[in-house]
Amino acid sequence: MEKLRYALFTGCTAKQSTPEQMMSTLAVADKLGIELVELTEASCCGASHLQDYDEFLSLVLNARNIAYAEKHGLTMVTICNTCQLNTAMTKHKLDNDADLKAKVNEKLAEVGLEYKGTSQITHFLYAIIDDFGLDKIKEMVVTPLSQFNIAPFYGCHNIRPSELQNETHKSPESAYRPTSLDDLIIACGGQNVDYEEKNKCCGFHVELQAPKTAAILTGNAIAGAMDNDADWMVTPCPLCHLKLDTQTHHASEAIGREVQLPVLHMQQMVGLALGCTPAELGLKHHVAKVDFV
Amino acid sequence: MEHTITTQKVKFKVFRFNAEEDYLPYYDDYEMEVTSEEVVLDILNRIKWDHDGSFSYRRSCRHGICGACAIKVNGRSTLACKESMNDMVELFGNELVLEPLSKKRSVKDMIIDKSDFWEKHAAVQPYVVTDVDEAPEMENLVSPEDAEALDEADLCIQCGACHYACPAVEVNDDFFGPAAFAAAYRFEADVRDESETRLMDVNQMGQGVWDCVKCFECREVCPKEIDPIGKITKLHQKLFQEGKAESNVATRHAVGFIHSIAKRGVLDEGGLVLYSEGPAIVKHMPVAFKMFTKGKIPMPWQLPKSDNMDEIKTLVKSSTTAKF
Repeated sequence: MEKLRYALFTGCTAKQSTPEQMMSTLAVADKLGIELVELTEASCCGASHLQDYDEFLSLVLNARNIAYAEKHGLTMVTICNTCQLNTAMTKHKLDNDADLKAKVNEKLAEVGLEYKGTSQITHFLYAIIDDFGLDKIKEMVVTPLSQFNIAPFYGCHNIRPSELQNETHKSPESAYRPTSLDDLIIACGGQNVDYEEKNKCCGFHVELQAPKTAAILTGNAIAGAMDNDADWMVTPCPLCHLKLDTQTHHASEAIGREVQLPVLHMQQMVGLALGCTPAELGLKHHVAKVDFV
Repeated sequence: MEHTITTQKVKFKVFRFNAEEDYLPYYDDYEMEVTSEEVVLDILNRIKWDHDGSFSYRRSCRHGICGACAIKVNGRSTLACKESMNDMVELFGNELVLEPLSKKRSVKDMIIDKSDFWEKHAAVQPYVVTDVDEAPEMENLVSPEDAEALDEADLCIQCGACHYACPAVEVNDDFFGPAAFAAAYRFEADVRDESETRLMDVNQMGQGVWDCVKCFECREVCPKEIDPIGKITKLHQKLFQEGKAESNVATRHAVGFIHSIAKRGVLDEGGLVLYSEGPAIVKHMPVAFKMFTKGKIPMPWQLPKSDNMDEIKTLVKSSTTAKF
């Protein structure tokens, strides 16, 4: 197989509040022989909040990020569901609206760039499932996670809206019956836990303005996983990770029961199965202690 | 080409509850041969007509117009008269759970008390507010371009699919919900409308647009493809464009991104929270301390910065269209 190469859009948290996500992404890419060219010029995607204030500016900034991936001639790979949504949505809008694309390019021309629409955008989860292949990952597993019940938590912005799934991925998954993370858990030798909240909202985006709503949603998600005998949770989204890992005190208070589980990034789970060390995967950076390795 | 009708066996688990008789809900099981021609409403009819006459649900037009028959199939809000059984089986397999849009609001089986939905709808002035000449000389015309601005928000059939799929509605009784916001947008975008209060009503914390969790469930389930979250985003933007966005934690959070991006390209996460919360940031200290001890909060001199910041600064300066 030809070596896979992607332009890596790290997003903001991988360099700050989830350093373990960056570490584990690089560790897994190394194990799988995937080359990641980091887009060090990229800015924040707006995280769905800048878009509330100034949609045009968010389109320009996201188009600039994609333009850098295009300069490398590579598919952009994201490691955050919200980065994936905002970047893919920008691409969708510009590719389907010539006037808007022209207006955005007028701005990009001021800094010598152009958005062409030539690079695809995918999340690392789908890159390793669709492009690398689940079967190959399965063959490479050296430490099967067979003793663990693992609860997948998909995160909204990877699975909704469906149009972006359908446009972006070879095997688009259903917003109501997503399978990618479940399949990945099984490929890593673990038991996937089915529970109602696995494709629900974690509440991250209203953490500041509606903390009670956010805390209940977080609590319900962890409780759903616990009630179905999960040993730990896994998510492809660092924002979901932050909510589920660091906000358990508020979540427990909000739903009236103690809830806490280790919450691993998707890359950390794959890394464990592939034989990476806990240090390589940054497991010490979790608030909800990862004490099973 | 010859049209072939196929059949397949489907197991149904059907929510039952009569508020006048039952203390707790229960489920009835049915197994039926379902044809490729049927929609979910046909199954509801067959349960009532062939199995149990007491089974209750709402239905009226059978053409996706009245919005009466929305229920949940395997947790997904669905307009029963529009949704084909084949698609449901393809999506969820041969075991389907039929439930009302909101189990906690069930009055009898699939029939729910939608009073919260209607109260919230009424609260956003779902009509054009304007002084109408009692004896106009001609019609009050709206150009096709102006009508386009409604972005099809007027196609809403008030089925409640998005409202009862919304996780924020589920846990916050005050939250207006996506259908009410789509209605608010529909009249805000109407060139004839002169309401002074509607936009401010949806601007309130707790009940208003800032408490949307941005999960896209409403967009996913809408049987008329109205994209309620798109309308919520437009209301956010309208509040800023019309200078009506009050300074609160939500509006500062949106605006804070621009400051952070202009300064570092990537976010300064701590700085963003400080900008959004102001002195109230102290309430985050216990969590921040835990994160700090785990190496999740970098020191100021470790904060990342994008390369080619001059480009980002130029674009922020030249492309910003909003003011706060």
